[in-house]
Amino acid sequence: MTEDTNKQEHATLFLGCPEVPVQMGISLYLSYRLKKSGRLVTIAANPSVIKLARVADPERHYMDKMIDLDRCIGDFAEKTRSTDIAILFAHNDAGITYAATVRYLHPGRLVLVLFGHHAEELVSSVDFPCEMIVEKAVHDPAGLKKKLDEVFQWPA
Amino acid sequence: MACVEDLNKEIVLSGASFKEAREYVEAHCIEIYYVEPGFRLFEKHIIGIPPIAIGLDGDMVLFPFTKPCYGTFLIRAEHAEEAARLRSLGLKTTKEKK
Repeated sequence: MTEDTNKQEHATLFLGCPEVPVQMGISLYLSYRLKKSGRLVTIAANPSVIKLARVADPERHYMDKMIDLDRCIGDFAEKTRSTDIAILFAHNDAGITYAATVRYLHPGRLVLVLFGHHAEELVSSVDFPCEMIVEKAVHDPAGLKKKLDEVFQWPA
Repeated sequence: MACVEDLNKEIVLSGASFKEAREYVEAHCIEIYYVEPGFRLFEKHIIGIPPIAIGLDGDMVLFPFTKPCYGTFLIRAEHAEEAARLRSLGLKTTKEKK
């Protein structure tokens, strides 16, 4: 469910398998930036990512609201949860499959971040409407950070 | 109703792409139903690229199951109740890509 206030935009980050190191760092950064720009942020992630986030951010400064990825998608399907912006991170076919699922369940803005060794190859498998960020980032988040900054145009 | 984890199941494909799983169902099943992402099957909301093909053969249900770290599995499980439910829902039997 979109949270209690009608004034704040709600962003949901969907994070998949954490095996590509850059995902954790860039998603912490993105969550921080989204919160700093006045948005409510929810992290939907698999249990491994949630464990990593809890260790990296013990006081929940950057990632406070976290929910299991499949439960979140179930809530969208049951229409008990929604968001204004969905941001998905994908580095493999499963990530694209999750993104297609969210695209079907969420009619609003969807930003798909393709990263990792196969980022460019994955582009051809995306046949649904979305804003796409593509960066062959594995360890270095600088390129992804630059592109996310361009897409979101954070207020100064 | 059984949960996927509790099913007596056979893994037909593992580490597959979602497309490969759909193509397998279409190539190997005569009775196919197409559902949309989020459709509830074995107490889970199905993850997938629409249209999602589910195959039936008697009481056997053949369906994709995607996990973020492991890709898509194609699972075959015998479950009369779920097979009957699928047949009763009036689902699409032809592929209509959105």
